[in-house]
Parts: sequence; structure tokens; C-alpha cells
Amino acid sequence: MPRPFTPKVVTANDLLEGDVIYFTADNSWTRTLSEAELITDEAIAPLRLLEAEKHNLVIVGAYLADAKEGPNGPEPTHFREEFRRTGPSNYSHGKQEAEADV
Amino acid sequence: MYKYNAFDTAFLAERNAQFRSQVERRIDGSLTEEEFRPLRLMNGLYLQLHAYMLRVAIPYGTLNPDQMRTLALLAQKWDKGYGHFTTRQNIQYNWPKLKDVPDMLDALGSVGLHAIQTSGNTIRNVTSDHFAGAAADEIKDPRPIAELIRQWSTDHPEFQFLGRKFKIAITGSPNDRAVTKAHDVGLRMIERDGQAGFEVIVGGGLGRTPMIGKVLRDFLPQEDLLPYLEAVLAVYNILGRRDNKYKARIKITVQENGIDTYREMVEEQFIQRRAEFDGTDQELLKDIETHFAAPDFRDGGTEAFDTAYGSDPVFRAWVDTNLAEHRKDDHAIVTISIKTHGETPGDATAEQMNIMADMAEQFAYGELRISHEQNVILPHVHKSDLPAIHAALKEAGLATANVGLISDIIACPGMDYCALATARSIPVAQEIATRFDELKLEHEVGELKIKISGCINACGHHHVGHIGILGLDRAGVENYQITLGGDGTETAAVGTRTGPGFAYDEIIPAVERIIKAYLEVRETADETFLETYRRVGMAPFKAALYPDSEKKVA
Repeated sequence: MPRPFTPKVVTANDLLEGDVIYFTADNSWTRTLSEAELITDEAIAPLRLLEAEKHNLVIVGAYLADAKEGPNGPEPTHFREEFRRTGPSNYSHGKQEAEADV
Repeated sequence: MYKYNAFDTAFLAERNAQFRSQVERRIDGSLTEEEFRPLRLMNGLYLQLHAYMLRVAIPYGTLNPDQMRTLALLAQKWDKGYGHFTTRQNIQYNWPKLKDVPDMLDALGSVGLHAIQTSGNTIRNVTSDHFAGAAADEIKDPRPIAELIRQWSTDHPEFQFLGRKFKIAITGSPNDRAVTKAHDVGLRMIERDGQAGFEVIVGGGLGRTPMIGKVLRDFLPQEDLLPYLEAVLAVYNILGRRDNKYKARIKITVQENGIDTYREMVEEQFIQRRAEFDGTDQELLKDIETHFAAPDFRDGGTEAFDTAYGSDPVFRAWVDTNLAEHRKDDHAIVTISIKTHGETPGDATAEQMNIMADMAEQFAYGELRISHEQNVILPHVHKSDLPAIHAALKEAGLATANVGLISDIIACPGMDYCALATARSIPVAQEIATRFDELKLEHEVGELKIKISGCINACGHHHVGHIGILGLDRAGVENYQITLGGDGTETAAVGTRTGPGFAYDEIIPAVERIIKAYLEVRETADETFLETYRRVGMAPFKAALYPDSEKKVA
């Protein structure tokens, strides 16, 4: 039996800022993982990645990252993506800093 | 200290202008990322987890106060107010914006610093003994040679597309503080029959296949250095594997072909190469040497030092741990610990950098060094100035008395920043330091080097740590393997794995058990951890780490 497909999000870094961004259902980019499009269909995932890569003039290094459905939208399944959506653990820098400013 | 000549300045300005235009072309869409990536890497610009990262070379670890102030300026103006001193005598900025990087490089260029060849498959920043020019045990200052290698290797057309990165380290002391045996090429300055030369070590390295380097030439006359290095690299360019990234470093080339074959090929190449050198490099070296003349050491009594040493226990503790022997009796080498308990190893704020620059100017003949152990050094200090220096360091939060002790941990950035990492290393270092500070055991434990890497690439040098910690990803969870008995000095050795790894919340207690076992089995308080390990082997530490498996066997 084929293994069940782990849902994905398309993520990349912003060309100018370098920070983590996620691809949304309306083909734009967000800095918040929960606003990303959660891709649950294995056949669609590579197509969404290709769509995202059309934006290569403003993004760097798009890839499909494992994610799961949470109460407020996609959530990471691996600690690497957890750090990417939060920031480093030694300083309150990165995304956690931006959230603290709100 | 080396001062750029007109050629150096013009070269760097041109290179920076080229990069500025490359950045512009990437932004306006004329360059794709595939085209731009190798260009940015050649100029030290990486893309990490949360942002770009700019890695700036600190050539052989030497800085003057203006350079240090410029490093502070970069942190303040274009980053988040701090910089990270790395395990290869570089400094990294974790948060630059792409558009700002050309300005950062221009600012660096104005004080003779650059980020060239801090990445990519080229000859990287040449590292050296951080006590060079000051140490009592030194035969000769290795920095003029290191500068010669920097000039020769920078933009050297033959070595811009090597099979893999290439790291050279050089020491002028028999006590190896530059880890020369764990470099692609290690150079140890020696003398034979009154002639200056090198022992050339090749094929050392850490990473996924750790190896201690082998002697390629037991004596190479000084004037033959560059043609010989060219021969070593030319053979590597021919023989080195390009089919498999993990087998591409020279250590594998030497292992697969045998050191004798490698040596034969080098010697053959060397004959041709030497014929191409007409002595210009040695003329240049003579000029470079004048830049590194020792400062005019001042005389004077050391009463102020003796009095403070006798009366102030905090000062005494700092002197006993953070000072090293200078070649002049009334001077000392001061290591400023960038390892405050609970802080990130190697991180200094812009303010601290400025303070250290001021101190170097006021007390240390305008010289600073950065060590691969992620500390800052004032290499020449008259002992009478030590009380004033200590007082100023205390005020700046830089007077931690822990050099060479358990909390003087070297750690790579790990998963907190690095795109290659498989686990975090910084918080592990922070917690070990905090824990042993709470236990007040640090000074009792004595000399102990803990080194932590957040992935197999071993930037944290875990293989040569007395206690090495390697962070891995085991089925989506951080897991830490421990090695014991590693050594990065002239008696270099790769550590041995203790057994199964430990989860993130188990690693600090595991280190604590190792230390308790050491305190129990050491013969005297003077027997260091490494000496004890070499005497008793792995058994008592294994028993302390894995008590349950011990029971099963019994």
C-alpha cells in the first residue's frame, strides 16, 4: 500500500529581506504559516511548487515542507520548520520579534 | 599588522563594485538565483534559515582597533547589534538585508577587511595561532606567512573551482593552538640546521569522516612554500573526486590514493612549479614581515599587578584562568571570554566590540586577536595595566573567568540559524554553562574543552573536544551523540563515541554524569579530564552514562 501523503506547504525566503515566506492559495506570499495554502493532494503539490517558482525574481529557494492542519491553519510537523516560523531560541529575533512588536 | 597597499585597496574596491552590480542585477531580474548564488557565496553571503548571513574573514585572527570598530558598526547599522565570532576566525552577521550587503562590504573595505573566499570551493580564510607574535613558546610569528598565503590564494585563478573547500592553518609554536592536524593543509613552522621551514601536514579534517592529518613533507624550506602549496593543490585538483560531495575533500583523496602516491605526485609537480617562481614572493614576504614587527614594548614595574593579585580574589581568579604567558616577562596575553555563562558562545555586542577596540588602543599596542575558540585576545599587555583592564571588562560584562574551563564551550550556530544544521547547539552550550556555574564546580573540574556541533559537518569541532557533542535529527527529534577523548592540539586525536545518543532534555544531565564520574576516578586534582580519560578509558564514563545497560550485562 502506498504511504499516505503528508500535507505540504510551499515555503521560501524573500529575496530582499531573506526572511521566511509561505505561498498562499491565491498565488501570493505571506509571512505567516497559518495563512499558507495547505496542499493535501499529492498530485497538486508539484504543480503548486512550479507555480510558486514563477515568482523566482522575488523569492529564493522554494520547496515543499511537511505541514499539518491546525485549528488556525497549517502548522509545522518538524522542528526545523517550527524554528523557521518562530526564529532562533537564543534571542527574540526573527518572526517572534515581529509578533512581539504588534 | 598588515596594511593594504594601493594594489590591495584597488583590488578590493573593484571586487566590491562588481558585487554591488551583481546584487543590482539579481534584484532587477537580469540574474537568476542559480546564476547569482555562486557569486554571492564567493563574497561570503549565505542564505540561512531566517535571513541572509554575511561571513567576514578576520585574516589569521588579527584585527586592529579601527577594524574592530567597523565590525561593531556593521552590527549596529545593518544588523541586530551583535556579531558572532566563529570557530574559524571569522565573524558572522545573522540578519543583513540583500540591498545593504554592498554597503557593508564597502565599509569593511575601508579598513582592509573583506568576505572574499569565506565560502565556496576555494582556499578559505587562513587560520593561525591566536597568540601569534606574543606567545612565550613561539619559534616564529606565523602571520607574515599567513598574509602571504592570503594574498596568493585570493582570487587565484587555478584554485577558484576546487572539488571542495580548502582550509589551511599555520602555527609558529610547538604547542599547537591552531588545530593544524585537522585542516586540509596544516603548516608547522620549524627550524632545521638554522634554516626556517615548515612541517607540512595534509589531509586532516573533521566533518563526516574525521581524520588526523599526515605528514606530507617533514621539512619544507620557507622559500619553497608557495610552489609547494601550488603543487599540493594542483594534485588535489587532478585527483580529487568531483562525483561525490562527501568524498571530495583532500583527506579522502589522500586516503584513497595513499599518502606515498600523493607525495610522489606533489614532488613531481613541485619541480615544475618551483621553476615558475622567480623569488618575487620572497621579496614580498620581506615587505610583509615589516608590517608585523613587534610593538615597542614598554618597561616599568609590575607592582600594581602584584598588589591587586594579592588583595583581590576576583581579579586573581581571572588572572589565573584568562592569562597566558607572554614572551616578555612583564607582559601577559589576555583572553577576553566571550562565553558569559548562559550567553551565546562567540556573540559580542557592538558596544562590547567598541569597548574592546578602545582597550586595545589604550592598553594593548592597538592589537586584537580572535580565536577559533570564539574568544577575543589582547595579545600584548603590560602587567601593570591588568587591574585597569579587568575593571573595564567587568563593567562591560566581559570579565568572565572561564577560559579553558567547562563553560568555555565552542559551539556552531546550529539549527537556530544554520540551514544545514540537524539540531540546535547554542542552547545546549548555554545550559551546560549555566548548570556548572550553579553547581560551582567549574574551577574544581579544571581544564576541559567541550565542543558542540549541530550537524555532521562539525563546525563546532566536536571530534576534537575532550567532550564532543553532536546534534542530530533522529526521526524528527533532536538527539545528541557524545564523544570523549578528542584533542585538537599537537597530540591531536579524534574522540570516541560513548554509545547511543541523548534527547535534548537528557543531554545536560548526561554531561553532568560524565563530570561526576571524572571527579570520582581522577587520581589527583591536577589530573585533567583528558589525562584521566587516557588513563582509564571509556568504561567508567559509559557506566555513568548508561547505568541501565550496565545492569543488564551484570
